[in-house]
Amino acid sequence: MAADEPLVLGIETSCDETGVGIVHGTTLLADAVASSVDTHARFGGVVPEIASRAHLEAMVPTIERALKTAGISAKDLDGIAVTAGPGLAGALLVGVSAAKAYAYALGKPLYGVNHLASHICVDQLEHGKLPEPTMALLVSGGHSSLLLSADITSDVRPLGATIDDAAGEAFDKIARVLDLGFPGGPVIDRLAREGDPAAIAFPRGLSGSRDPAYDFSFSGLKTAVARWIEAKRAAGEDVPVRDVAASFQEAVVDVLTRKAVRACKDEGVDHLMIGGGVAANSRLRALAEERCERAGIRLRVPRPGLCTDNGAMVAALGSEMVARNRPASDLELSADSSLPVTDPHVPGASHGHAHDHDHVHEVSKENLYP
Amino acid sequence: MDTATPAVTVALHDGEAVVASSSQVDARRHGELLLPAVDRVLKEAGLTLDAVTGLVVGVGPGPYTGLRVGLVTAAAFSSALAVPVHGLCTLDGLAYASGIDEPFAVATDARRKEVYWARYDDSRTRVGDAAVDRPADIAERLAGLPVVGAGARLYPDAFPDARDPGHQSAAALAGLAAERLAAGGEGFLDPLPMYLRRPDAQVPKNYKVVTPK
Ligand SMILES: [Zn+2]
Repeated sequence: MAADEPLVLGIETSCDETGVGIVHGTTLLADAVASSVDTHARFGGVVPEIASRAHLEAMVPTIERALKTAGISAKDLDGIAVTAGPGLAGALLVGVSAAKAYAYALGKPLYGVNHLASHICVDQLEHGKLPEPTMALLVSGGHSSLLLSADITSDVRPLGATIDDAAGEAFDKIARVLDLGFPGGPVIDRLAREGDPAAIAFPRGLSGSRDPAYDFSFSGLKTAVARWIEAKRAAGEDVPVRDVAASFQEAVVDVLTRKAVRACKDEGVDHLMIGGGVAANSRLRALAEERCERAGIRLRVPRPGLCTDNGAMVAALGSEMVARNRPASDLELSADSSLPVTDPHVPGASHGHAHDHDHVHEVSKENLYP
Repeated sequence: MDTATPAVTVALHDGEAVVASSSQVDARRHGELLLPAVDRVLKEAGLTLDAVTGLVVGVGPGPYTGLRVGLVTAAAFSSALAVPVHGLCTLDGLAYASGIDEPFAVATDARRKEVYWARYDDSRTRVGDAAVDRPADIAERLAGLPVVGAGARLYPDAFPDARDPGHQSAAALAGLAAERLAAGGEGFLDPLPMYLRRPDAQVPKNYKVVTPK
């Protein structure tokens, strides 16, 4: 085993993608994904029980596929990492149980890691070691947050987050209002390219001088866009779908990039990392590039396939945990649907990890018998 | 292993008898409890997992979240160690453990005021498939029959003749599996979940909310 280039398998099941990645240090060897997104499409969002059932079906075949693609034997692994949270409780539990079973059967150390920290760490597979500190903007259907990390294995600080909807949720909602299907991100991105982003002046949430500098709000925007569309329809006029898509998208990415660049300047950080499913949005990438360049900030955005939920990101963080000698998790590791972002991983009890929130309470919030 | 009911239960069987076993009843901690239980049972027997030549898992019916813990664990063990995994109906384990030699039924808690249930001619012989129903809707059909399992105790009006055991034990499941393996290996199910219900197709408000506070 090369201590600085650990061979780690990572499992991700926090939402609707069953992801298994294998990395060697910061080199990606395999990234296998089975998605249940099509099954959820007709419900307009992710149905937890459908996602959990799909994870169970896909879990072991996806692990076997990843091992085959990487051309390694599970016996060669230096560790097994898994998303311990945050995410959908029942979905997480499938991945955590599988990871524990593999780790136990193979005698490998187990690392329960944080989904959000993984979204940041995945960029090491694309652009090499993360600078320390790194400013990260994570945007997806489940998260919209600004995080500052001095050490991705031990020190992740939340600077701001959405106070209502995640950015990706706003894309899904507007796509639904426009009858464009689910998920909304890709189709709005595509239509927006043919529209005028300045056609309609949609509101920029929490952008006043007295608003919190790094928090986001997309609920008001969502409502404003929906009302604008409904008003057009009520007046019997055609809805200019491309202009609405472009103007809505502009309102989202304008706020995201403005606040991210401001956070970098305020904190004296010269790197900005953008991750999460919405980071695949072409306009977000372009505007971030433009604004970072103007501010002298280096932008790091992984390729779209690594921005959405995947196993490679979990393996990337697991590999860093091994390389930095972080304590492994123990066999009692549980899925924690609200694992705080400040816990990049869940070390075993013997390592004196003080749970800063009540597990029994967190678990009991979720009905395990839906 | 069986995690289809509130019991998290693991046993090691050598083909003749149960070598070690563990059962904990905690409906909300299947994920946490199962692997440590496996470890405890093996340690008690002085063995490691690679000594195991076959796996048996209860496939339910059972409430979904816990059920999946046992199934995915068995599948992962099977893949990592290249040993076969055999599925057994969870209710068959309870029936076998009851030792009853006349017609009876097994009923477990299905939540939502329903039970998972099946009829048996004797402790080894199920009649028909397992089903999920409201106790009042099947009380007449099962009238006069003893009913084994926690479902019977929960609904004494529908099932007045409740019998032991109340909870599933992997020891019984392993015993039944050992008998079937010795008899040629017939009578196993694929190790796939028996849900008996369609998923609730509801997108929760604020689905996927994993935003740190
Ligand atoms: Zn994510």
